[in-house]
Amino acid sequence: MYPDDFYYTKDHEWIQVKGDKATVGITEFAQKQLGDVVYVELPEIGKKLEFHQSMGVVESVKAVSDVYSPVSGEVLEVNKGLNDSPELVNQDPHGKGWFIRLKIKDETELEKLMPASEYEKFIEGIEE
Amino acid sequence: MKETRLNSSHKKLGAKMIEFFGWEMPVEFSGVIDEHLAVRQKAGLFDVSHMGEIVISGRMALDFVQYLTPNDAARLTPEKAQYSCLTTPQGTFVDDLLVYCLDPEKYLLVVNCANSDKDYEWILSHKEGFDVEVENKSDDYTQIALQGPRALEILKPLIDVNIEEMNTFGTSWGEIEREEVLVSRTGYTGEDGFEVYTLSSRPEKIWDAILEKGKAFSVVPVGLGARDTLRLEARLMLYGNDIDETTTVLEAGLGWLVKYKKGEFLGRDALLKQKEEGIKRKIVGFELIESGIARPHYPVFVEGKKVSEVNSGTFSPYFKKSIGLTYLPVEHKEEGTEFEIGIRDKKVKARVVPTPFYKRGEKG
Repeated sequence: MYPDDFYYTKDHEWIQVKGDKATVGITEFAQKQLGDVVYVELPEIGKKLEFHQSMGVVESVKAVSDVYSPVSGEVLEVNKGLNDSPELVNQDPHGKGWFIRLKIKDETELEKLMPASEYEKFIEGIEE
Repeated sequence: MKETRLNSSHKKLGAKMIEFFGWEMPVEFSGVIDEHLAVRQKAGLFDVSHMGEIVISGRMALDFVQYLTPNDAARLTPEKAQYSCLTTPQGTFVDDLLVYCLDPEKYLLVVNCANSDKDYEWILSHKEGFDVEVENKSDDYTQIALQGPRALEILKPLIDVNIEEMNTFGTSWGEIEREEVLVSRTGYTGEDGFEVYTLSSRPEKIWDAILEKGKAFSVVPVGLGARDTLRLEARLMLYGNDIDETTTVLEAGLGWLVKYKKGEFLGRDALLKQKEEGIKRKIVGFELIESGIARPHYPVFVEGKKVSEVNSGTFSPYFKKSIGLTYLPVEHKEEGTEFEIGIRDKKVKARVVPTPFYKRGEKG
């Protein structure tokens, strides 16, 4: 369910790192909690995000939630597909429902995040 | 937390439960959009037992209901209910409600869950001089709503009442699964449908029978999430969002229910005066022209100046866009007027559109 090569945050974002670049999205747990996603607001390309800075919002029919950048870095690309098909976040949160791609500024920040096994324990604690 | 008698039925069906004004209620089953579209296209079943029920009975019951509400309760019969409200002397809303005439000396007021205690106190505080008894029966009634184009076909074989012949707002006593019910052709979705009230200790028999019979018509259980999006598309008011003690009946566009000629009632003088002088603001429906979703309390700007806030605002599952209600100064209330809504750090363009957003029988 939760890919081993991702890191996870307590706010339910994931980040997949390849070299000094990374892809960011929200987790299966997050999309389930939200329900039907109907709108996603993403940052401008080129924006420099700080560690844990709000990088956009995800809205379900009933709720608005902030999405935070798991690490600091510069926005290289945003998932334009979410403009027309926000439901991709529900359908494929760890794949086609990605939010942004980043150029990572400080790799050591990744140490503050959770590996899959730890994240799975973390959400079990929330569900109970 | 209070539980309706159908609580375990919802959990068995896998509902996501939330707290809603002290009640544990299902917010969604299969998903808000799925449930919403099921009601528009087929049928949906709602547990709305959290709604309040207040019974006014006695020799002067009709006189008292006439005094408390602006609609003409003298037109009520045991076969016909009506939409009305409890008004303050200022012509604003204590609550909005449905009134049923159980018999000529007994009236049932169906009020909002969040207001049932407040309404009960309000009614008691105005009782002097009326020979009536007032009872708060909010915890006793189970209320189930079956809504959608297939509702009639589903309910018809289950009830010993000719509901096909029933007009909108028609009511009748009857039996479903040998349990006594009050049924009315009413609802909060903009679709054809029925609301069923029962004092039965086993209302799950009725709930289960409707779900079973409805299978052939693809009925789904529906939570409070879709209830809200359905009622907004049909521009049905939600107390606390669209109407409250600061908004008058006329500003809310409900002038049609005020019957000045019926005699004295709370708020009559204020409403008559406002009618003569003209209202200064009125509720309007809007849609966003640009992307985003307008939500309650977001600021509303006309010509750059903040004039109000969004009342109800949501993503419309039927039209797939952001719709809502707000009060605008009357000089800006015309259809097509463009204005702006503050969404986070941006001002997003909106436009006044006709309401209801959704009308049965019209395609979006």
